[in-house]
Order: sequence, then C-alpha cells, then structure tokens
Amino acid sequence: MFATNLILVLVVLTNLKLLGSSRLGASIRVVAAQGVALGLLPVLAHRQDLTVHFALLAAGTIAIKGIVFPWFLFRAIREAEIAREIEPYVGYAASLVTGAAALGVSFWLCTRLPIPENIASPWLAPVSFFSIFAGLFLIVSRKRAVSQVLGFLVLENGIYTFGVGVVVRTPFLVEVGVLLDVFVAVFVMGIIIFHINREFDHIDVDRLSTLKD
Amino acid sequence: MNAASFIPLLLALALSPLLLGVINRTKALFAGRHGQPLLQTYFDLWKLLQKGAVYSRTTTWIFRAGPIIGLAVALTAAMLMPFGKLPAIIAFPMDFLLFAGLFGLMRFFTVTAALDTGSSFEGIGASREVFFSALAEPALLVALATLAQQTSTLSLSTMFGSISGARWLHSGPVLALVIITLMIVLLAENARIPVDDPNTHLELTMIHEVMVLDHSGPDFAFILYSAALKLWLFAALIVGMALPDTGNVWLNLLSAIGGILVVAVMVGVIESVMARLRLVIVPQLLVGAGALAVVAFLLGLA
Repeated sequence: MFATNLILVLVVLTNLKLLGSSRLGASIRVVAAQGVALGLLPVLAHRQDLTVHFALLAAGTIAIKGIVFPWFLFRAIREAEIAREIEPYVGYAASLVTGAAALGVSFWLCTRLPIPENIASPWLAPVSFFSIFAGLFLIVSRKRAVSQVLGFLVLENGIYTFGVGVVVRTPFLVEVGVLLDVFVAVFVMGIIIFHINREFDHIDVDRLSTLKD
Repeated sequence: MNAASFIPLLLALALSPLLLGVINRTKALFAGRHGQPLLQTYFDLWKLLQKGAVYSRTTTWIFRAGPIIGLAVALTAAMLMPFGKLPAIIAFPMDFLLFAGLFGLMRFFTVTAALDTGSSFEGIGASREVFFSALAEPALLVALATLAQQTSTLSLSTMFGSISGARWLHSGPVLALVIITLMIVLLAENARIPVDDPNTHLELTMIHEVMVLDHSGPDFAFILYSAALKLWLFAALIVGMALPDTGNVWLNLLSAIGGILVVAVMVGVIESVMARLRLVIVPQLLVGAGALAVVAFLLGLA
C-alpha cells in the first residue's frame, strides 16, 4: 500500500513537471521515469499473488516505456534539431494551475463513480484520471509534435494505471496487445515528426493548418 | 500555558542569528573558503546597535516605524511557534492563520517603509516582494491547511504534537509534499537563492536587500534580527512537521535543534549548487509550490 501510494504520488509529480517544463529533453526523461514507475506498479499492487504474468508485464512495460520510447524520441528531437518548446498555447504557470484544478476534478469525479472495493489504493482511480486529463491537456495546449506525443504517452499511462489497479485479472494477451499498439503508435508518430521536419523545416503543428497547395 | 512554553521563545531569541552563520559557513565550505565566524550575525547586531541612525529628510514616521513593527511582529510570531513538541505560549484554534497573517503585516510595513524613501530602486524591490509573496502565501496556507486536515486539529501546537512515526507511515507522501512546499516557501519568504540572492550588491537584482538599503544603525539591527527570527520560525515549521514525537522532552528538544541546523545546512547547500532563477521564472516556481500543496491537500482528503 505504501509503495503503491509512493508510485502514484510520483506519477502526479511527473505529470505536474511535464505541465511546467519547457525542455523537451527533460520532458522525455520524465515520461521515461513515469513509465518505469508504472512498470513497477502491477508488481507492487499485486504483491500477495505475484505471478509470472505480472512479472513479464512489468518487464515489458519498463523495457518499452523506459528504454525504447526515450531512445526513439531523443532520436526524433536530434533529427529535428530542437531542444525546447517555444511559446505553447497555454503558459507553463497557467498549465500548472490547470493541472492542480484537473487533479481536484479527478478526485471529485471518483467520489461520484462506482469504484470497486478491492482497489489497490484509494488514490489509484483519481491519479489515473488525472494522468488522462493531463495527457489530453498536453496534446491540445502544446505546439511541438514531440510534446504532443508525450501527451499521448501520459494519456496511455493513465489508462494503464486504471487497468492495472482496478481490473484484477486482465488477460495477458490484452495487456501485451495494448503495449504493442502504443509502441506502433509512437513509432509511427516518430516517423511522422521526422517527415514533417524534413518537408517543412519545423515541427510546429499549428503552422500546418495554414498550408496551401 | 506553563513555564516550559517559554523555552521555544527563548531558544528562538537566542539561536536564530546562529542560522545565518551556519548557512554562510556551509556556503564557504562549498566554495573552499574558511568563511566568517559562526557568530558573525551576533557581532553585526552588536555593532549596529552601537551606531546611530541616519534618516533622510524625505522620509516620514512610516520609515522609522517599519523596522520596529517588523521586530514586534516577528516576536509575536515567535510566541505562536511551538518547538520540539513543547506547546507555544499562545495557542488557540486557527492560530496558523495568524502566523501567516503576521508575516503579511511585517511585509506590509517593510514595503511601505521602502516606498516611503521615494527611491526608485526600493520601489522595484517592493513591487517584486509583494508579487512573489502573493504567490508564496497561497502555497503556505494550503500547506498548513493540509496539515490541519491530516492531524484533525487547528492549532500549531497540537498539530506538531500529533506528528508521530505512525502518522508518517500512514500519510508519509502527503507530509513529504507539504515539507517540500514549505521548503520552497522558506526560500522565497526569506530571500534565499533560487528567488533572491542575499549577497548581491547590484540594486537592480535585489528584492529584500534593496528594500532595506536606507535603514541604518539600530533600525538595520532590528531588520536583521527579525529576518533571522523569520528564518528560524519557518525552519521550526518544517522541523515541527518532519520530526515525530519521541516521548522524551529532552530528546525532542535536541532533535528539533538538530533539525533546524540541518534545514540551515540544506539552505546553504541549495545556495551553493543552484543558480538564482531568472525573475520571470520565479513565479513559475512559486506556482509549482502552490500546485504541490494542492496535490498534498487532495491526496490527504482521499
């Protein structure tokens, strides 16, 4: 319970850090750290009935979210030659305030939802909702395509947190399938970032809307 | 109230200038210097009290009242602060609001005294001080509210008294977040490095120092002493929250004094390893501290 709570607090803090940080490199590392922490979550949340299933899931999650994604995204920003976000739609202090408000909304939401009794920690459902909201907010409020990919990853992390904590027995195949989907999505997004950059010399997605033939 | 309640006040009065010495020695150690004596602040205070004060003809009674009211407020706040699980002299429900409010009053008079001089530099400092403290105060209040909610009591003395090892096990993450928030508030409120540089000699970059440039002699001694008391009280706030009750009065007192010295060393380390933040980044740090406090509060509620 204590270790699970610690991981959940870590997830909240990493989300806030993402909302308040302008450096893409630091943001990628933070998302990687979040992925590793979440990889440990199924092992800690189901410590009493630990099976090979959970161990494999944890190993796979840590390998993909903690090593493959960061490597891939670092490669993307190196190819695109960018180091930091310039002027997002919503400023960093305003993003932090929105994040704190979103956390409040998540906690309120979870008092209205029928949450199963045997959940690993009372913070689990609110924190997963907060990750989903923070991810959505990152996707809509940032200009750089890399930041939006990070937002997508945070969103997925939120759903994963909810799945691990609330659903006690998800089939192994489903979990692996989700992980594979995310992997493919990030892979495709990385390639798209590279191509946008090669075609247009920048990856500011807001300028793509003014494209003309 | 009993006789033991005076111990926190007496310790604060006697030892608070020592904290500045500890911070300076830590910074000297990092820089490879020998550094000034640990008791330097006491010598400075003694020297300043011997001197006469110089008053500009453009200033009014507000300028003279500023340091005196500041010291009076710091002494009142010292009476509200429990130490080493000993209750404070004055303790009543919601006294933490008075504690936060007293520092607001102190700031108001420092700022008006600075504006009273008519110096444009002091105006800059006053403006920044008010801006940053407006962002730091919500963080402080939410952090204290979180503690009140966690311990289900409303007075600083009973709050600190009910911090135990069991409570740390039960709600450790919440307490840790509150302590981190308070550490950032301490650095901001006491004009320490990520926010303000106490050693800077360029008026344009100063915040707190520039506001007290025109005070001299005993007035400056009052300002220095109330600043030291303020640092002690914020450190005592953190230590009171962090240390569990050991059950032994002497052990509690010793660990609390040790804890305060550790906080001072930490401030020194932060000042040595960190550069000062750009002024436009500072609000982001303080809003971040406020967000941490809100996170702690919400986690504590669930």
